Amino acid sequence: MPQTESKYVKKELPKNLGTWGFVLLIIGVALSALSYAVDPARASFAYLTAFIFLLCIGLGSLFLVAMEYAAGAVWSVPFRRISEMFASSVPFLLLLIIPLFFSMHNLFIWMNPTAVAHDETLQVRMHYLNVPFFVVRDIVILLIWWLFYHLLIRNSRKQDSTFDQNLTTKNIKISMAFIPIFAFTISLISFDWLMSMTPKWYSTIFGVYLFADAAWVGFAVVTLTAVLLNEKGYLSSRINKDHYYSLGTWMFAFTVFWAYIAFAQYMLQWYGNLPDEIIYFAHRWYGGWKVVSLVLVISHFIVPFLLLISRRSKTNPKILIFAAVWIIAVQYLDSYWLVMPDMVNNGFTYSFSIMDFSFLIAVVGLIIVLFNLLAKKHNLLAIGDPKLKRSWEFHL
Amino acid sequence: MNNDKKIFGITALFDTPNEIIKAAKKVKDAGYKYFDVNTPYPIHGMDKAMGLKSSKLGYVTLFFGFFGASSILFFMWWTLAVNYPLVIGGKPYFPLPAFVPITFEFTVLNAVISTFIAMIAVVFNMPFNAHPLHDSNYIKNVSSDKYGVVIESEDPKFDENNVKEFLRSLGGKSIEIIYNPEKQTFKVFQPRFVVFLIIVAIITSLSTYVTLNKLMYMPPFDFMMNQNKGSAQAESTFFYDKHEMREPVKGTVARGFIPYAFEGVVDTNEFYSNPFLPTKENLELGQKKFLTFCSPCHGDYADGNSRLQGQFPPGPTLHSARVIGFSDGKLYNIITNGQNGIMPSYTYQTTREERWAIVNYIRVLQRAQNPKPSDFTEISDTNKESGNASN
Repeated sequence: MPQTESKYVKKELPKNLGTWGFVLLIIGVALSALSYAVDPARASFAYLTAFIFLLCIGLGSLFLVAMEYAAGAVWSVPFRRISEMFASSVPFLLLLIIPLFFSMHNLFIWMNPTAVAHDETLQVRMHYLNVPFFVVRDIVILLIWWLFYHLLIRNSRKQDSTFDQNLTTKNIKISMAFIPIFAFTISLISFDWLMSMTPKWYSTIFGVYLFADAAWVGFAVVTLTAVLLNEKGYLSSRINKDHYYSLGTWMFAFTVFWAYIAFAQYMLQWYGNLPDEIIYFAHRWYGGWKVVSLVLVISHFIVPFLLLISRRSKTNPKILIFAAVWIIAVQYLDSYWLVMPDMVNNGFTYSFSIMDFSFLIAVVGLIIVLFNLLAKKHNLLAIGDPKLKRSWEFHL
Repeated sequence: MNNDKKIFGITALFDTPNEIIKAAKKVKDAGYKYFDVNTPYPIHGMDKAMGLKSSKLGYVTLFFGFFGASSILFFMWWTLAVNYPLVIGGKPYFPLPAFVPITFEFTVLNAVISTFIAMIAVVFNMPFNAHPLHDSNYIKNVSSDKYGVVIESEDPKFDENNVKEFLRSLGGKSIEIIYNPEKQTFKVFQPRFVVFLIIVAIITSLSTYVTLNKLMYMPPFDFMMNQNKGSAQAESTFFYDKHEMREPVKGTVARGFIPYAFEGVVDTNEFYSNPFLPTKENLELGQKKFLTFCSPCHGDYADGNSRLQGQFPPGPTLHSARVIGFSDGKLYNIITNGQNGIMPSYTYQTTREERWAIVNYIRVLQRAQNPKPSDFTEISDTNKESGNASN
């Protein structure tokens, strides 16, 4: 261990990164507030899109940290701290969900008493989709995520100074508890906020769809940041091609996983062609959404698939950075595709609005500010981790 | 072992992975190109030490993956959308989403099998199925606890004594000369193989017979035989008329089906006139239906020369003056209702349009058998088919 300790010299990130993040955050928040003032209904849909995008990044990163501990992965130890810093948005979700609770009447048709009164199916659904249960359920879920974030990251940071191996053992246990709970809770969140916008539609695989997105974009943000930082010399010269290759492989793997899940969901409902089920895809096919759906298929699956299939591209930093940026952008498109076509259900007509960007800017600013703050306070490498030394010798 | 045989290569054994990596590096640096390393398990860094380039096998996989995907898509498109279009589940003839799982499976299957065959073909130098190293002490050692290197005689630098000396200098133990096996030719139909085939055939047919003819009727496998449902021809214990087959509710009409208005009315000579012009498409439809339903009794050319050959009262010729004199409506009526108790009704086999098309086609056959003088003069400058069609 002493060797690796002495070799890691912490470098400060460029100062203007924090400034940029802060400026983006301020502009984003100001524009978002303005959007709410102008058109609260349209703004709440844009806000939900950005919220889902942020949730995918934060929760995906937290999942990767837990997965590394649970699987005993060695190669990814140098990148774990970066995932931890991106997961730092998880506690903020508790704060950010509050405005959504106040715009539920815009988002959900089942909030409308007259619509429910005329629909027996909705009346049955109301046993689950009623406001008190909904709010309590989601707050409990976010508290659980926050708790696990807190436990995992506290132990990981403590290890930087204490070099205590027992902390790794503790974190493995915490991760083992977190992963099944995560699988259950992300399904509930996806059912509550996305699926219930089309209250009569149901797809049991929907939680897995959101999970595929979250893990995908989780790997994309860690790849983007790790490659950028490492190429500029912020991490360590001992990160080799095989580390890059593994990052690229994971992005590739979740590209295919998403395609598998998304196609499984689509094909079953397309084949059944039942009114309650097909309505979800009908809303995403007619009225101009056809182009978006096709673009999503191409950009979410075909482009990253072809981009990352060869071994050479998975070890090329430039291609990795491009693929990661691409994936993050497409993830926002996917969030958009999940939320926006359902405006019809609540009697609104969709039209593209500039206010979609205001929330996106705020989210990007928030992530940069959080990352910058944590990178100043903590090491960019988990130098106390007993697996780090083995990780330097990682070869495929 | 005699020295007349050709040498395949010279082997040496090492005790630790570190030694073998160093030895592989030195063999490469000494300029040998045709050499190989055998170890009980994969050793990291060996590719680099041996100076191997990344395998070309991936391209085989890629090619056959694409080949599998495109061939199965072509197959499904041709069979289900072009050659024999089938409506399945109310989907289009070429429902891409439904074909994706099959395409995926076939791509993977094709890629995996071709990769495996390509690898075996290269390694074993197909069609031979024995590598010279098989059954040597060397391969027994490297597959349990030793690490070995073999320098092959194909190498331009190969010289028996030099190589032996070189391997000894690297620290190799139990240096061994491996000879190429005599090329053996195998007869495919050796008695043992034939007996094996016969036994397999007997077992397969017996088990199939027992499964399909005996086992299926024994409990508990006979659950398919005793289903809680009505059979088409069976007597019902449920319905008062004792028929399991039910009839449509009175007064209902099937979609796309228009009932015949003159059922039971024999003489409909003047009720109906043919609503279809004898166009090429109409006549082709008529020909198809005539050959399917009419020709078994009336003959392919409606001349009564049928394939029944006396097993059943033959259909009369349709070229008699009486039949030529029938109106279209009468012919239609005969096809629809049947005649004389011998010719059955064809209401359920053919649609209205098809019956009218048959009538048109019968007219063509009649005209062809009894041409007018003008037909012979026109035939030289007009198409035969369109000449017929202008009847």
